[in-house]
Amino acid sequence: MSMFEYAPAPESRDVVDIKPSYGLFIGGEFTDGSGPSFKTVNPATEETLAEVATASSDDVDRAVQAARKAFDAWSGLPGSERAKYLFRIARIIQERARELAVLESLDNGKPIRESRDVDVPLVAAHFFYYAGWADKLSHAGFGPDPRPLGVAGQVIPWNFPLLMLAWKIAPALACGNTVVLKPAETTPLTALLIAEICQQAELPPGVVNIVTGAGETGAAVVAHPDVNKVAFTGSTDVGRLIARTVAGSGKKLTLELGGKAANIVFEDAALDQAVEGIVNGIFFNQGHVCCAGSRLLVQESIQEELLAALKRRLATLRLGDPLDKNTDIGAINSAEQLAKIRQLSEAGESEGAERWSPACELPGRGYWFPPTLFTGVAQSHRIAREEIFGPVLSILTFRTPAEAVEKANNTPYGLSAGIWTEKGSRILWMADKLRAGVVWANTFNRFDPASPFGGYKESGYGREGGLRGLEAYLDV
Amino acid sequence: MSRLAVRKTYKLFIGGAFPRSESGRSYPVTSPKGDFLANASRASRKDARDAVSAARKAFPGWSGATAYNRGQILYRIAEMLEGRRAQFADELGLGKKAALESVDAAIDRLVWYAGWSDKITSVRGTANPVAGPYFNLSTPEPTGVVAVVAPADPLLGLVSVVAPVIVTGNACVVVAAERTPLPAITLAEVLATSDLPGGVVNILTGHQAELAPWLAAHMDVNALDLTGVTDADLALRCEQDAAENLKRVLGPAGDDWSGDPGLGRMTAFLETKTVWHPMGV
Repeated sequence: MSMFEYAPAPESRDVVDIKPSYGLFIGGEFTDGSGPSFKTVNPATEETLAEVATASSDDVDRAVQAARKAFDAWSGLPGSERAKYLFRIARIIQERARELAVLESLDNGKPIRESRDVDVPLVAAHFFYYAGWADKLSHAGFGPDPRPLGVAGQVIPWNFPLLMLAWKIAPALACGNTVVLKPAETTPLTALLIAEICQQAELPPGVVNIVTGAGETGAAVVAHPDVNKVAFTGSTDVGRLIARTVAGSGKKLTLELGGKAANIVFEDAALDQAVEGIVNGIFFNQGHVCCAGSRLLVQESIQEELLAALKRRLATLRLGDPLDKNTDIGAINSAEQLAKIRQLSEAGESEGAERWSPACELPGRGYWFPPTLFTGVAQSHRIAREEIFGPVLSILTFRTPAEAVEKANNTPYGLSAGIWTEKGSRILWMADKLRAGVVWANTFNRFDPASPFGGYKESGYGREGGLRGLEAYLDV
Repeated sequence: MSRLAVRKTYKLFIGGAFPRSESGRSYPVTSPKGDFLANASRASRKDARDAVSAARKAFPGWSGATAYNRGQILYRIAEMLEGRRAQFADELGLGKKAALESVDAAIDRLVWYAGWSDKITSVRGTANPVAGPYFNLSTPEPTGVVAVVAPADPLLGLVSVVAPVIVTGNACVVVAAERTPLPAITLAEVLATSDLPGGVVNILTGHQAELAPWLAAHMDVNALDLTGVTDADLALRCEQDAAENLKRVLGPAGDDWSGDPGLGRMTAFLETKTVWHPMGV
């Protein structure tokens, strides 16, 4: 028992006004979708939040046409004018930050502490960052007048609904493209609030179009012949399908896919900091993070000490109401994802790894999974190879730096990696050898609009963020 | 009595060695006029797999070599090519003037790319001013093993697709131009005497339509350059199969190698790695 119990500190949901039903955002207007509507639920309570329209392929076609119609004028605007629209959007996001954060936590299940302090500030920062590029593209190293691609079809996942929208829309618009974006079917609400923000910013109609729906709607966006650029963030399996669909079409494609990152702790690491980094690495956003540090590689000599410290720390994590400001671990986003996490965790046990969770009471309704560790994990186990996308950490050991590199790179993925050691030369040596797009040394899960993000190997291709992130949306 | 020439056997180039095709097959290569020139090895699926293994084995050493060292070796390739100028000019089967111009352009292209080895990182890397107390740097790194279908231009085209792939640290497996493969094997002799580590460049001769699909579908190939594929159906099939392990794909291109190459052939096979570290005392 802790010395003091926490009193509940719920963030008020009065700040959001959820309508009973939502349509599509096409050509600057909310319109009906012609597909059957679907329900979006609060994963913490299973309460239905709203009915949302499904965009049929005809609706997607309308959205692409609206984007095409808007393209000439938008790409023809001076960059400084496009910038001002993006700055406006960034400002309105800041003004309506609390509303966005609460709605994100309601629809996604992530703790308000994260949506308020991480997601929404990064979303605003991302629009600010790319706004500033819009009138500086001639200085970006792509020649005197780099051109946009045209209409961008963008499909985003449910783990960071707003942040992934910002990563897609902000650079696309800054470079002069227009977009048709499909949010995930379990988290469509904040994208629709952004549509409203586009209206408040008086963004020209058709520059941003939002079509809601499931996989079929996304497939229609990707396959549409008048889309010039496809950007997708999501699973590697869907990424493969998209790459196959887009093959031969001449569409520019960027993919940000799955990961199975190694978080590597050496015996000389600052242990308390490493423990915080490990916890942040795998339990941030319930582990629904493609770059999560889901494989802990710990040097054999400190295995027991680290494991004991990690277990002590896990016992202090608070799981529950995402809107409670004390909550560390919120709800799993959907019943489907919960089933997948359970299935892989069961495979971990049946393949011989040892499972541990702190004493942790799960709410009676909603989708929940306790923070979980597996020890005695072999590289051949499914929980060491497959992306679980949940709060489940697989712990493996190593003896030498070379062995750590070998094990870390022994995966078809290559999105991120972590290194914990006090020795600078070892950090640089490891960072050089790890085949991953982002390497966090003595930190983990840091994101910034100025910093390129994206993977090696089967974690996809292209970068989002920074100067490199412009390339995805320019004809270069 | 005139002396009878000693002819060269044209073989494959895999892992720094010159094996015949394991399949024991060959195919006749003729001049544009139809005269018999030589029997080239007709590489098989197994040869392609062996070449990928050799490239994978060579990759850590080559990508780990200093940029200066890679630049020195590319420059050395240019030197060796210069020394065999006349031999290549004969082998190209063009008029003498055109042939020499083409060889010279290939040499100059190698020199141009050699100089990029220790500059591309400065041009493509970024220091990122993140909103927090962190050191944050992005640098380009080679993608890994690249399968290249070389264009018809047998020397300048070949050099123009291979040099940008290897100068940044990738290893490659090249399918030489199907009807004019002989200069590719002679180039392999140049590569083998330029201190280029075995396996960094592997050259297969044979049928494009037979070899390219295996390389496109190979799970240990990281990227695919379809420059030399002229059959649109074959290119589409290769690009679709490349999706299976998310290969980076560079599509078919025309066969004019006279212009400014730009950075595109290098950047197509580069990844960006971003490293973060907190600042503190």
